[in-house]
Amino acid sequence: MPLDATSGLLLEFKSINTYYGDLHVLKDVNYEIRHGEIVSLLGGNACGKSTTMKTIMGVVRPRTGTVIFDGQPIEKLSTSERVRRGIAPVLEARRLFPRMTVFENLEMGAFMRKKGAEFAQDLERVYELFPRVKERRSQVAGTLSGGEQQMVAIGRALMARPRLICMDEPSMGLSPLYVEQVFDIIQTINKQGTSIFMVEQNASMALSIAHRAYVLQTGVVVLSGTAAELREDKNIREAYLGELQVPGAKAEAEAK
Amino acid sequence: MTGFDLFVQQTINGLTLGAMYSLLALGFTMVYGILELINFAHFSVFMVGTFVAMGALQSMGIMGQSVILTGLPLVGVLLVALAATMTVCGCIGMGIERFFLRRLRSVKGPAQMITTIGISYILSNSVLLFIGGQGFNFPNPIPMLKYHIGGAVMDVRQPLIWAISAVLMIGLTYFVQSTKLGKAMRATAQDPEAARMMGVDVDRVVLTAFFLGSAMAGAAAVVFGLYYNYTNFYIGFDAGLRAFTAAVLGGIGNVPGAMLGGLLIGIIETMTSQFISTNWAEVVIFSILILVLVFRPAGLLGRVAPNKS
Ligand SMILES: Nc1ncnc2c1ncn2[C@@H]1O[C@H](COP(=O)(O)OP(=O)(O)OP(=O)(O)O)[C@@H](O)[C@H]1O
Ligand SMILES: [Mg+2]
Repeated sequence: MPLDATSGLLLEFKSINTYYGDLHVLKDVNYEIRHGEIVSLLGGNACGKSTTMKTIMGVVRPRTGTVIFDGQPIEKLSTSERVRRGIAPVLEARRLFPRMTVFENLEMGAFMRKKGAEFAQDLERVYELFPRVKERRSQVAGTLSGGEQQMVAIGRALMARPRLICMDEPSMGLSPLYVEQVFDIIQTINKQGTSIFMVEQNASMALSIAHRAYVLQTGVVVLSGTAAELREDKNIREAYLGELQVPGAKAEAEAK
Repeated sequence: MTGFDLFVQQTINGLTLGAMYSLLALGFTMVYGILELINFAHFSVFMVGTFVAMGALQSMGIMGQSVILTGLPLVGVLLVALAATMTVCGCIGMGIERFFLRRLRSVKGPAQMITTIGISYILSNSVLLFIGGQGFNFPNPIPMLKYHIGGAVMDVRQPLIWAISAVLMIGLTYFVQSTKLGKAMRATAQDPEAARMMGVDVDRVVLTAFFLGSAMAGAAAVVFGLYYNYTNFYIGFDAGLRAFTAAVLGGIGNVPGAMLGGLLIGIIETMTSQFISTNWAEVVIFSILILVLVFRPAGLLGRVAPNKS
């Protein structure tokens, strides 16, 4: 499972500080994601996980620090330029366009790309990964079940033909069976060549598919390493793997 | 005329008035759908449109009611007047967004809405100052043809106005439903942050909504002028308020709702004037609005708080 350590960097955070007004959320944060990796970001509520995602997408700008994607600084670029260069999000709580059809949602994923043969190929690929999405393609997205919505959200990201997908809590609100399906799909997508940066509270699931992980605590990276190392780490076992049932159960209760 | 003839007559008149309200209501609804902003400047953009249309017609040699055209020249003159008015109004709308409202977009509270009220007064008072406060005779090149339908009479301008409105509304619906920018517009209305993360340029979408909505107000202005042969600097407030009511009645933010609401308000207005009294038109319009909102708070076609799951 461990990747070739010499493979190059795809995304890099260098001493990133992000604020909302006076609230200092990301404090001198560094991440590295290599080509082909699944990297997981673990941490409790309000520690800055979603803010990390928003900083990558350019919806929030860091006050200081550099974000490097594929060798070039991107922290000053617009969100649309970042999408064009190959970063696509799977947003927290899915955030589909609720009154558009599943197909239109997929089209929005391909917004920065020309419609043509490639669009048809990508659509075929999404339908192959998620036969369910194909069945539901003319249904209005707001009426899908939570699990179906998550599949569309991942499909929508794939339609951008991204090199990096940033997923914010893909397991949130899903039953254990769906969570396993979603994580299988994430691995499949990764093996097809897309790098993945994944925020998760479900630490044991995340560490079971990730190559490496970072642990964020109130905006500070307190721990990082390969997934195998973190699974063995005493602090992690107590703080996250032991707590596993709590966030999972809470998320499911919320979904009801 | 029998009672039935009167009913037919007022349906014809109401559909004409309603077509104009629908065009005007679309501008309120498109901007509200994306920014949740009530754009009161829309009233005055419409009013300015009647003067632009008047100027366009006069510059083509159409003065008052004395120059009557038929056939291709008539179609050509009307198309040029329509295109010029829609373009100028669209650009005024974009200017309002770009130079006044955009810098206030991140400000919470009523700052943006108050600004639109201010702009509305600036526009109407500019017309008062530079063009004058009297009523103007709006040029009309359309021949006085009348058709009898039973006991009712239809003026040739009425089906013409229906045709103009129908083409524009079908065009707008096609744009919003089927074009890439139209889809980006709907996506932005439903979840601006997610739309942005798909790569949508939200500023461009907002500008487009202002352009299209204001261009529709321009078309409504041409319709108004041709139908009433009259304009002055404050016509925007009366027609604008009814069109705004139409947008709320149909479900503000909802494009088909604005069209339906406009037609309903037009028909209610003419029917009330005929069968009750002109003075009661407003009372009836607003009573119906309040009744509808009590039972359907989001309007006839509006949705109650979209779920953002
Ligand atoms: N737009 C905003 N304006 C002000 N504060 C914000 C904003 N967004 C997030 N915050 C604050 O920043 C902190 C970090 O938020 P963030 O959403 O990154 O947390 P998170 O790690 O994703 O938490 P969760 O697990 O609950 O999703 C929180 O205290 C939050 O209240
Ligand atoms: Mg979060």
